[in-house]
Amino acid sequence: MKTIKLVIAAIIFSIGFSSCTKDDDSPIVEGNPLADYKMVSSLKANAHTIEVYSKQEQYTIGYNELFIRIKDDASDSYISKVEISWTPLMHMSQMQHSCPKSAIVADGDESVYKGYVIFQMPGNDVEYWDLTLDYTIDGIAYSVTQLLDVKAPADNKRRVTVFTGSDDVRYVLAMMPLTPEVAINDFSAMLFKMKNMMTFSLAENYEVALDPRMPSMGNHSSPNNENLVYDAESKMYMGKLSLTMTGYWKINMKLLNESDEVIKGEDVTDENPESSLFFELEF
Amino acid sequence: MKTILGIRPKQLWLALGNNRCFHLLAMFFFLFFFQNIGAQEEIVEKKEDSILYINLDEVVLISSRKALGQQKQTKPLSSLDEYLESAQKVNMVKRGAYAWEPTLNNMFSERLSITIDGMRIFGACTDKMDPITSYVDVSNLSKAHVVSGQQGSEHGTTIGGAMNLELHKSNFANTGLKGSLESGFETNNELRIIGTALDYSSEKFYIDGDIIYRKAENYFDGKGNEVGFSQYGKYNFSANGGYKVNDGGKLTATLIFDEARNVGYPALPMDVSLAKALITSVGFEQDKLGTFSDWKSKLYFNKVTHIMDDSKRPDVPIRMDMPGWSDTYGFLSQLQKLTGKHNFLLKWDGFYNKSLAEMTMYPNNPNESAMFMLTWPDVRTLNTGFYAHDQIDLKGGSLKLSTRITLQNNKVADELGLNSLRIFYSDMEQAQNHFLKSVSVQYHRHLAPFHVNLGMSYGDRAPSVSEGYGFFLFNSFDNYDYIGNPGLKNEKSFEGNAKISVQRAKFKTSLEGNIFHISDYIIGEVDPMLSAMTIGAEGVKVYSGLKYADLVNVSWDLEYSVLPELKWSWTVSYHRGTDNDHRNLPFISPVAYRSSLSYKKKTFSGTMTMQGAGKQTNFNGIFGEDQTQAYTVFALAFGKTFYLSNDWVYTKVGLENIFDKYYSTYTDWNNIPRMGRNFFLSLSYSIN
Repeated sequence: MKTIKLVIAAIIFSIGFSSCTKDDDSPIVEGNPLADYKMVSSLKANAHTIEVYSKQEQYTIGYNELFIRIKDDASDSYISKVEISWTPLMHMSQMQHSCPKSAIVADGDESVYKGYVIFQMPGNDVEYWDLTLDYTIDGIAYSVTQLLDVKAPADNKRRVTVFTGSDDVRYVLAMMPLTPEVAINDFSAMLFKMKNMMTFSLAENYEVALDPRMPSMGNHSSPNNENLVYDAESKMYMGKLSLTMTGYWKINMKLLNESDEVIKGEDVTDENPESSLFFELEF
Repeated sequence: MKTILGIRPKQLWLALGNNRCFHLLAMFFFLFFFQNIGAQEEIVEKKEDSILYINLDEVVLISSRKALGQQKQTKPLSSLDEYLESAQKVNMVKRGAYAWEPTLNNMFSERLSITIDGMRIFGACTDKMDPITSYVDVSNLSKAHVVSGQQGSEHGTTIGGAMNLELHKSNFANTGLKGSLESGFETNNELRIIGTALDYSSEKFYIDGDIIYRKAENYFDGKGNEVGFSQYGKYNFSANGGYKVNDGGKLTATLIFDEARNVGYPALPMDVSLAKALITSVGFEQDKLGTFSDWKSKLYFNKVTHIMDDSKRPDVPIRMDMPGWSDTYGFLSQLQKLTGKHNFLLKWDGFYNKSLAEMTMYPNNPNESAMFMLTWPDVRTLNTGFYAHDQIDLKGGSLKLSTRITLQNNKVADELGLNSLRIFYSDMEQAQNHFLKSVSVQYHRHLAPFHVNLGMSYGDRAPSVSEGYGFFLFNSFDNYDYIGNPGLKNEKSFEGNAKISVQRAKFKTSLEGNIFHISDYIIGEVDPMLSAMTIGAEGVKVYSGLKYADLVNVSWDLEYSVLPELKWSWTVSYHRGTDNDHRNLPFISPVAYRSSLSYKKKTFSGTMTMQGAGKQTNFNGIFGEDQTQAYTVFALAFGKTFYLSNDWVYTKVGLENIFDKYYSTYTDWNNIPRMGRNFFLSLSYSIN
């Protein structure tokens, strides 16, 4: 009888305890839809505050998914129904060029707009990126240009590559963000053709052959990778990347056109330890 | 066997020399255990009951803790590995001077059931550097039962057979307090052994404790070259106790702690900085339970930690750490029933094992992240089984029927590990179930002057953790990385055995053979599509099931008493293993032989042994083998007992590999040479 009482007491106590903690656990839902992102820039212009958020810590070379919202400084409220376009521009000593980018569209919440930019290179002391935002609110057009500090990723690993193919076309190939795991990972990338300094267009129906290697461990490969093939819906190249252990991986690639001709990249062999077309991962 | 010989305190002791020397007493026990030895000092009761001939097990008697017994041992403080090697069907695979891996009928540990007092224990090393026999010491044990094929299914599923290591226990012998001191020294590798044991036993209570320490430097081969990284050091502590709760019931408990540090493996690219095991059990035994007798139950737990590293190696392509852990929780309960001509045994047992092993590789570039993988992905094995046998006394013969039914569930508990395996097997389930069964029939008939034994059996086994779930396990023998295969079928064995023996007053001989037809034989096969992970490895092998493989073992033994004090014995064996494509299986012994001459009178004993093997003609390069040359080695040992008042002092000296022969055997990993000439000395002082 005593035991039963103890058991009951224990049950009651544990229920009481868990219900208490439940209350404590439930966080108050934040009103900020961008709470999970990092604000990478904030600029006051035209009596507005223009905020740019990123999933990453900074503007980084490679693929950047960016979220923009514009606050009316007078009312201290975020403005919806804004039309925005943007132009990133790299100011080099001899020339200027832009980079692949998407259109900007509203992202669920009416005051948040999103798009992506793929920076090919970082800025430095003499060369720099800026971003011009042209936006229209209630029929009135505004424009603002801000300097961007585009940096190489913290691990300095290559996630975007610019090259001239065997067809004399200049391409930009960018890896989509990936949290690598020891597993078969979903792996995707975007491929653009550079038409001129300012214009980039999606390159469709190519194929990217994958050969991930570990140079520090005898340059061994991994099994059951799937080449990246074009997916018209997402406009991305999608495939599978298998990583058999953590560490530094060099993802050697070959770009093939529709006739399976090699546009860029080489096979990895004992004599040739890497392809000229590659991404890098370390985890 | 334990039912065959009633052994009085003056026991027969056996020991083997380092170089697989065979000694006369080994012959007695290993080859002719059931025969009347007709010896002088040994007091062996031979029961005429023919039912006792049915069990074809070999018993290796082990004891380092009783000076009385040591008189019969050629090398009383030799390692357990050396003792086991003396069993006729056992060979030891050597990767160094320590932790040899036992094979039985030319089959490795995954095809065997190896237990300590019926307890399942699993090594924690993915490279088999810690067979469970390395976690006990001779100071803990009284004997090892070696049983071939399905007759070994009493303690677990098996294909090749079973070894059960029986712990030393005073068992309420009412001998009071007894103690002993042991020490030993060997010249070749400066092996130093020191140990002590203290037993207290009354009718109501007993407790036995012992501790032993062994430390060895590198050994030298027959050419006088130092074999680098062959050092080792270990200590072992054990305590066993029992308490009689009433007339028929007793409580028992066991604790063993074993720790080896700085163990070199000259045949492998890595060494072991720590191998540690904690082995515990509590049991309850009752003489009667209703109409049943000998009810024995036990709960046990053991924990093995194994840290493999290469920190002592001067030159490696990449530094790595490979720790492994294996925890096992288990139970067993058994009952016996004797009715008329029948002797039933019923047993229920089970265990739960967790096997986890990691590999971390440190790139030469210090800024680069370490490379990490799970080589055993936290595999949980839940296994439970029923075993039953009936020994039936027939007129002029006997029959033994035995069966085991086992359910096993394997689950990959670690998500990283599961995802790793799914790289290879995308639709792999997290858990696999295996239903395992074994049946065996053994028949014995006495057709004077011959004893004839015939047996047939069927049994299967589930894949081992490495075979099912291993992830890039490097095998330095064939230089391939191995990948487990969770979809493997159970390996099934049909087995037949036969033995004919004859005995005369001064002479006895027997001819014995067995054949295993094993379907879905699990072995690694090269997958040319896969890229080796290990630097320098030739490729990757994936475990797969061969259609079938056949193994045959035949042996002939002979023993002759030249004089009452002088005996000569001889054994020769033949082995063959092939697969369905007539390829040779790896690790199959060439023709092997042993012979010994033994003299014993009063307090003096001496043995001379010869042991060797023919040239290996059936080897297979695909499995990393090359031809092993023929060899013969010789050994000598002398012992003398002194009495000091009431106590005994026993000395033993011996010389192994007398002619300093440079050789290696087919079981020597990567052909590492065996030890050259070695002089050993042991001294035991027994306080009564």
